[in-house]
Amino acid sequence: MEYLLLQMLNGVQLGLLMFLLAAGLTLTFGIMDLVNLAHGSLYMMGAYIAWMLIGWTDSFVLGALLALPATFLLGIVVEAIVMRRLYARDHLDQVLATFGLILFFNELVRVIWGPAGKSIAVPAFLNRTVEILPGVPYPAYRFAIIVVGALVAILLAWLVARTRIGMLIRAGASNRRMIGALGVNIELLFTLVFGLGAVFAGLAGLMAAPITSVKIGMGDDILILAFVIIVIGGIGSIKGAFVAAMVVGQIDIVGRAFMPDLLKTFLSASAASSAAPAISQVLIYIVMAGVLVWRPTGLFGQRT
Amino acid sequence: MNLITPLRTPRGLITALLLVVLAVLPLLTQAFDQRYLLSIGTRIVIWAIAAVSLNMILGYGGMVSFGHAVFFGIGGYAVGILSHHGVSTGWIQWPVAIVAATLWAALVGALSLRTRGLYFIMITLAFAQLVFYVGGGLEAYGADDGLNISRSRFPGLLDLRDKASFYWLSFALLCGTLWFCSRFANSRFGLVIRGAKSNDLRMTALGFPVFRYRLAAFTLSGAFGGLAGILLANEGAYISPAMMSWVKSGDLIVIVVLGGMGTLFGPLYGTIAFFVLEETLPPLLDLLRKGWGEYWQIVFGPMLVLVALYARGGIDSLFGRRHG
Repeated sequence: MEYLLLQMLNGVQLGLLMFLLAAGLTLTFGIMDLVNLAHGSLYMMGAYIAWMLIGWTDSFVLGALLALPATFLLGIVVEAIVMRRLYARDHLDQVLATFGLILFFNELVRVIWGPAGKSIAVPAFLNRTVEILPGVPYPAYRFAIIVVGALVAILLAWLVARTRIGMLIRAGASNRRMIGALGVNIELLFTLVFGLGAVFAGLAGLMAAPITSVKIGMGDDILILAFVIIVIGGIGSIKGAFVAAMVVGQIDIVGRAFMPDLLKTFLSASAASSAAPAISQVLIYIVMAGVLVWRPTGLFGQRT
Repeated sequence: MNLITPLRTPRGLITALLLVVLAVLPLLTQAFDQRYLLSIGTRIVIWAIAAVSLNMILGYGGMVSFGHAVFFGIGGYAVGILSHHGVSTGWIQWPVAIVAATLWAALVGALSLRTRGLYFIMITLAFAQLVFYVGGGLEAYGADDGLNISRSRFPGLLDLRDKASFYWLSFALLCGTLWFCSRFANSRFGLVIRGAKSNDLRMTALGFPVFRYRLAAFTLSGAFGGLAGILLANEGAYISPAMMSWVKSGDLIVIVVLGGMGTLFGPLYGTIAFFVLEETLPPLLDLLRKGWGEYWQIVFGPMLVLVALYARGGIDSLFGRRHG
């Protein structure tokens, strides 16, 4: 029972990380109509920049805090040089160009930081456990991810639903040309939204770094999951992205944690342990296919 | 509206020359003693088959499938698994592989063609990832590490271990695929697919069951993709999930766009350009400064961005405007 609870918390933590990534994607797609495959590269760059800054400042918190404006700047530069030219193009051009950006960033990281992976140590003050329930310890760092992730999700919900910029974002998602005609500087809005997405991606990358590791291509696999999430949730919907991220997080973790034991009842131990991660991934894609067959524009997507 | 360009135009001449060079490539590589080039040539021909098959749906039909490399995997794994269990004859392996790829394409097409735009891109990717992870989870067939296999046998007919015979077989199959594609593009069936690309509402209003036409095209495309997978597995005598990773699907899209979408020979130009860049960029960068060659993708990536932004017609458009 405790094991189940802990694994579900891990699922929430993974889900929140993926939500941070998916939120930026769903915003850029919903508002700029942009398919950005290179979003995972921003996730990777966030982790590498944080690794570098943590090394310089010798403090996890300070390095992480400095990495956020750095990824924001990076996002704005990428938007100004490449993305801005892609908004009006069809999806195929966007796929091609951002695929090129993935190759570029993966190689750039290899040039700057070398091919070997890096690791970020869990900060000392979080390198312990907290008791989430009496007698049930949970790693403090993972708990911190849940707290930060939840705070950012709330902040984003507030930003989109309650502020002027959020109002513009929502208006932009439903009719870009109209708000342009109303005198809103949409170019600036697009740049801001892209930068915001980059910060979220970078935050997800640097928070995941102590758990996974900082390596080239780290954003590519999780990016596909983030796309699955926004497709399940309905493209452009922050709420959908959140719900779908939670579902996918649970499927992934529960599949990994419980599938081996279940499979061992009819497979050899080694076959079970190599098949289990595959099955949890497969389950995610089956859920996505099921949702799309049932609702071709996702759970919370706009009907067309 | 003939897609085979007459010989007298520059495009026709270049294409004819290219096909002649490809047809005698084993003789050339033998004459100049460049065995390595023959193996690149073989891979180019095999990838070109896959690219032509992707072009049928992507170029002519506007269906941006981001999971075409999955057919490399299905074709390859069908051959590999049969060979692993002692079924070594190609007469059984190849039909089974093609049928498997066709059935999978029909299933994926039936589910994913209900969606549009980004949803279609992502659902085709998701189905490819599904097969990719299944391949990585098959402990009996090497899981992530893949499996060495023995090449398909066609006793008395040809020996696939002979590099030149294997090349010519692949080349003949590429010619067959190109021939099929030209017939497809000019047929009534192909015209419906192309019409649906520019305006599917209008085609529906004209009374064409667009979904069924698209599904048929998607399925055919998958069958030819499976053929490329069979050849790829035999070329390296090796199968692994890596042959169907999503990066390979991206590479195939790059190839089709680079060569010229919706043109018969575009995918072939694209494949050649892609492999030539892959082989020549590293040494060129090394010339600039020793050690830079390793990082060739830092140049290749921005090149893709530029192609997407400024060169939509691809290589095909370099040979002058298309008439008709």
